[in-house]
Amino acid sequence: MEYVQQLVNGISVGSIYALIALGYTMVYGIVKLINFAHGDVFMVGSFVGFYSITVLHLPFVAALLVSMVVCAIFGMLIERIAYKPLRNATRIAALITAIGVSLLIEYGFIYVRGAQLEAYPRDVLPDFKINLFGAEIESQAILILGVSIALMILLQFIVHKTKMGKSMRAVSYDAEAAQLMGINVNRTISYTFAIGSALAGAAGVIFGVYYTKIEPLMGIIPGLKAFVAAVLGGIGILPGAMVGGLLLGVIESFVSAIGFSLWRDGAAFIVLILILVFMPSGLFGKNRREKV
Amino acid sequence: MDKAKPLLNVENLGISFGGLRAVQGVDLQLFSKEMVGLIGPNGAGKTTFFNMLTGVYEPTEGTIMLGNRKLNGLSPYKITQGGISRTFQNIRLFGELSVIDNVKVAYHSQAKHSLLSSIIRLPQHFNGEREMEEKALAFLEIFQLQRFKDEKAKNLPYGQQRRLEIARALAASPKLLLLDEPAAGMNPQETKELMNLIALIRETFELTVLLIEHDMPLVMGVCERIYVLDHGQLIAQGTPTEIKNNPKVIEAYLGEEVS
Amino acid sequence: MAFLKKVGFFWGGIVVSLVIFAVVQFLLSNGTLDLFYENTLVYMAINIILAVSLHLIIGITGQFSIGHAGFLAVGAYASAIITMKLELPFPLALLVGGIVAALAGFVIGFPSLRLRGDYLAIATLGFGEIVRIAFLNVDYVGGASGMMVEHFTTWPWVFGCMLVTILVILNFTRSTHGRACISIREDETAADAMGINTTYYKVLAFMIGAFFAGVAGGLFAHNFYIIQPSNFGFLKSFDILIFVVLGGLGSLSGAVISAILLTVISAFLQDYPETRMIIYSLVLIIVMLYRPRGLMGTKEITSLFSRKKKSKGGAKDGQSETVA
Repeated sequence: MEYVQQLVNGISVGSIYALIALGYTMVYGIVKLINFAHGDVFMVGSFVGFYSITVLHLPFVAALLVSMVVCAIFGMLIERIAYKPLRNATRIAALITAIGVSLLIEYGFIYVRGAQLEAYPRDVLPDFKINLFGAEIESQAILILGVSIALMILLQFIVHKTKMGKSMRAVSYDAEAAQLMGINVNRTISYTFAIGSALAGAAGVIFGVYYTKIEPLMGIIPGLKAFVAAVLGGIGILPGAMVGGLLLGVIESFVSAIGFSLWRDGAAFIVLILILVFMPSGLFGKNRREKV
Repeated sequence: MDKAKPLLNVENLGISFGGLRAVQGVDLQLFSKEMVGLIGPNGAGKTTFFNMLTGVYEPTEGTIMLGNRKLNGLSPYKITQGGISRTFQNIRLFGELSVIDNVKVAYHSQAKHSLLSSIIRLPQHFNGEREMEEKALAFLEIFQLQRFKDEKAKNLPYGQQRRLEIARALAASPKLLLLDEPAAGMNPQETKELMNLIALIRETFELTVLLIEHDMPLVMGVCERIYVLDHGQLIAQGTPTEIKNNPKVIEAYLGEEVS
Repeated sequence: MAFLKKVGFFWGGIVVSLVIFAVVQFLLSNGTLDLFYENTLVYMAINIILAVSLHLIIGITGQFSIGHAGFLAVGAYASAIITMKLELPFPLALLVGGIVAALAGFVIGFPSLRLRGDYLAIATLGFGEIVRIAFLNVDYVGGASGMMVEHFTTWPWVFGCMLVTILVILNFTRSTHGRACISIREDETAADAMGINTTYYKVLAFMIGAFFAGVAGGLFAHNFYIIQPSNFGFLKSFDILIFVVLGGLGSLSGAVISAILLTVISAFLQDYPETRMIIYSLVLIIVMLYRPRGLMGTKEITSLFSRKKKSKGGAKDGQSETVA
């Protein structure tokens, strides 16, 4: 039952992509910026989790929460310092700034603590195998999935049931009109970065627990892939990011399963280009025309 | 030219955007050297109609014929090369290019020098560029823009930008010129100058003009015939006097200014 | 008069660059400049080629491409195959490297027809990664461990290629074809409405840009004894992007100047790669915050001179000074 196992693997990886993709998609929806530094927030989250567990000896859930809080603050700071002054600049200028911020976090981090790898301790979560339809499934995979789903449900609740969620939706629909209606646009954008970054932080901890090895440049590839997931689902659409992330994880697992494991990383980018060319608004997006 | 054979023949033209029918069933004929107005309240579908004529949107029904050539589905640049040129409601100049270069871009499709001759700087390139320069200068003179020729287009005052956009559209040597609200944002003095300019264009270039405009005195003053569009459909056509007294038109404009 | 001035700049530029070439060649051959300087100069010329070729795509045509290292990689591998596997001469390898990269440019030019701005940027980044991963998986070119390449790249070769690149792209830009590309950058809808075949010019810009990036790839491959897919990751693409952005989107001389400056900075920081990246990223952020159009904007270095000349001769033309 090789395929069931691959499916479970794919969903586990995919749920990590989905958590990161949510942050991308929320930020893009609200300020139309591809926040390149988002993958690095994920990396920082992973390290915060690591130090919480090894140095502060916190249990998994506490480490997860610490990491989410630190990342939320970090995300808000990035927005305030680097992106806010560019609110009215061209999108290309904003994109280049985001690339700059991303490089600065990566190499600043290496400069401060060095480039060496760290390994998450093996015993953070109970580790045993479950037999499902003849496939061996690690208990950690299931826990990861559980945590991811819980966070996604929490996000849906925030976006649809709270006042801040309503402002976020209003600002993403029409920032100017929202401002005229008395919504504090700056604060809403800050909250969006905070929530997205907290999710990335959680993804970082989960990633560490699942794959054990973490390093300062670990955020680049998952960050890019999460962006692909966001585009795949339709950028700016929350359920799209979740489905896109899971789908991308499953596609990658199957690409490895059929014997092209070295092409795994390429699959995401091939999906990206195909989606951009043939379905630029993604699986769940609506087509928008430029007004002439 | 034979009056019976229209230059532009639009039949039953329509377009839907995701189920919303923005324009439907429009029949319109333009004859050679005519000056025709297209009016209607905001959101009536006038600009959408222009966008279909110029290939920006592909119509979902009906046909557009320019002479004997069907235009449906052609890309905008082919339609322009085929003889329809336009200006835009919100001015779309090439801001960082100089005034004269804006005009030269419109000449590009008539350029005789090849890519290779430009890259290795053959005499063909220099001749071609010189010819373009001379033609563009002559054009700027007609529009009294020659003194701005090396200025960036984005630095021109508003009225001059409108002039330049019309000059640029004419440089593409169209048979049919579409003007989308050329007087928008102009003061009465500028509007008056614009009317003189349009009259001058017709004398000098002998072409057909279709004009979208909100400024009623302008439309009534320069157009021989007028079409009225409301909610995506033609509701009237005729001479300015007929249109002025048409009850349907008055009704469509209720709530907007009628003059 | 204007014609003479143009010709003056053109030949003046050629003479100046030939003098620079001869002086450097002399200093290299009598040993005044050691290997460190020679390497830096070669690397500088390669970077100038890359900067100018990307300038055509981003600065002139306005197509935001951040996968330029992909074209560099294609050119590097294609030319290395020509010299090392087929044992054909080096000049042919450079040419083939350029042509194969131009074909890749043709392929990646197509998404640019459907995508704009940041979406196109992401697609080109994806393209660069696909190229890298593809070479990682082809055993014929050594996979991850890379491919040994002989050292053929010399100062005269890089200088010659650099000069040709600048001339071709300058001549292209200063013609009706270049104006067509600029009109696409300025307003694609209006360019289309003025009869410009936007599809043709976007793909053409990608192909010419990719061609010279491919030639740079050939020079790059034959300078370093070994090429590996990891040489061509997106950090390399960002390096090239920084030249263009820092110099000024739309300014060829800006791209050249920033390529020179940043190559010198990198050469002195090559033992401190983190410091280099931190400086790069800070420069990028600060330039975007305070001069979002880059240091030169769309201006060229020559315009500084022609401004002065114009104000001197202004009285003769009379009208040229009345412009507000």
